Amino acid sequence: MTSVQLDTPPAREAGRSPSAGPAPREKVSIRDLSFYYGSAQALHAVTVPLYDKCVTAFIGPSGCGKSTLLRVLNRIYELYPGQRATGEVLVDGENILRPGLDLNLLRARIGMVFQKPTPFPMSIFDNIAFGIRLYEKLPRSELADRVEGALRRAALWEEVRSKLKQSGQSLSGGQQQRLCIARAIAVEPEILLLDEPASALDPISTQRIEELVAELKSDYCVAIVTHNMQQAARSSDYTAFMYLGRLVEFDETEHIFTRPKEKRTEDYITGRFG
Amino acid sequence: MGVLSIPARRRIASALWTAAAALCACGVAAVLLLVLGYILREGFAALSPSFFVRLPRPVGVPGGGIGNGIVGSAITVAIAALMAFPAGIFVGIYAGVYAHRRLAQGLSFLADVLAGVPSIAIGIYAYILLVIPFRGFSAVSASFALAVLMMPLVIRTTEGALQGVPRELREAATALGATDYRVTGKVLLAAARPGIVTGLLLAVARITGETAPLLFTAFGNQFWEFDPTKPMAELPLQIFTYAISPYRDWHRQAWGGALVLIAAVFLLSLAARLSFRLLRRGAAEP
Repeated sequence: MTSVQLDTPPAREAGRSPSAGPAPREKVSIRDLSFYYGSAQALHAVTVPLYDKCVTAFIGPSGCGKSTLLRVLNRIYELYPGQRATGEVLVDGENILRPGLDLNLLRARIGMVFQKPTPFPMSIFDNIAFGIRLYEKLPRSELADRVEGALRRAALWEEVRSKLKQSGQSLSGGQQQRLCIARAIAVEPEILLLDEPASALDPISTQRIEELVAELKSDYCVAIVTHNMQQAARSSDYTAFMYLGRLVEFDETEHIFTRPKEKRTEDYITGRFG
Repeated sequence: MGVLSIPARRRIASALWTAAAALCACGVAAVLLLVLGYILREGFAALSPSFFVRLPRPVGVPGGGIGNGIVGSAITVAIAALMAFPAGIFVGIYAGVYAHRRLAQGLSFLADVLAGVPSIAIGIYAYILLVIPFRGFSAVSASFALAVLMMPLVIRTTEGALQGVPRELREAATALGATDYRVTGKVLLAAARPGIVTGLLLAVARITGETAPLLFTAFGNQFWEFDPTKPMAELPLQIFTYAISPYRDWHRQAWGGALVLIAAVFLLSLAARLSFRLLRRGAAEP
């Protein structure tokens, strides 16, 4: 019922090749993933790949399980009792769902940005330095360079360079979200999970985040959950459409939005439901 | 009757209930204002600069003060805070961070039970534990009793302040790969600090006026005493002693002492509110 091709990425077409050159590498392989909130099943045997240096968008109506899927990838759900996942999630071939895995190391490799901006109650500088300090003991000047680099990468440096000591919570919503992205990439992860990163922001901030996502994919494997169809179409290379906890269709974004194979996908992207 | 009469009935019912609520509110406020007003009127007469710094004097000798009681209460309460804060805060952190764990839920239930134990029982407990073995009343034993009284307040406010931190903040810090220790120490506590500090100040305010647990621990003292292992004068005890005496000038001293005590508690509560606002603003602004 799905159009997922597991072993080879969908054939690319000329014209809109997301990352020109060789076929992308499958960075994450989600296989047969089911997820439970207590006894309520939120994901049903989802199988979907995430390609390196590509943006994969997850779309679907509220409650379809797209955020849940993202929360499995860094196992953040384990903060809460009664939530569990079955199946396999391979990152570079290693099953990250196996018991005994070092969760802190896993999360160091997988950054996450949430729907609501989450600046920590500390200075802008310390917000970024927080993550770096977890893994490295750097001299002050080097730390400052890393912080600046991350803020530049997140297109925030020019706006905050003169007020690094101010609280991160004093920034505007859009700036806060870019701060969170800077904080996530400061620890140099391999994968970035963005859970509706722009849904709480105004159109201009949204645009900046989208541009940022487009730029970040040259270095990371990016997965983004979004309610915004245009956003998915604009900023992703692959799109997965989910419905009621199941993956309905996965393909190159262009295919999904121009000639979806599934009727439900077409109905959703044309706004007939959801 | 009919369709039109229903809104009228609702309007009347609404007006009646609003009036009832307003009446109750006025009643409660009136009780508070009467108590405060009476203490202000009676207590003010006893106040003078020397009242705050002098020792009590015998009946009939004018000009006695409550200086030793003020100092004694300050010392006793400070030591109690030193005992209760660390333990209470740590238990509160555990209960707040691992709220879904059995042990945490048990601890917070125990805190509730402890909060319901009469303070005189805790005074007896301190008497048996510290006064009898060391053969003497002491300020430290009083501090211990007060610390036990404070503990549930500190635990519950710390726990509550931590649970009030948006869960996204914790998720964000955890998602960076931080251990629980770092997440709690650097992020959760920073976010919960206004609530925790306020809770600590309110706990101090709450026990400052406690009298029962001091009766057979600190015992009271007519003279200056700064050694916490000795019996010590306490403001609430002095008020108690003066109030039950048959002498008019001692009654006046009791009113004065009560006024000082209420003012101290009021200032502590005010400080709690102000610090909450200041700390919150400090977190949100430069």
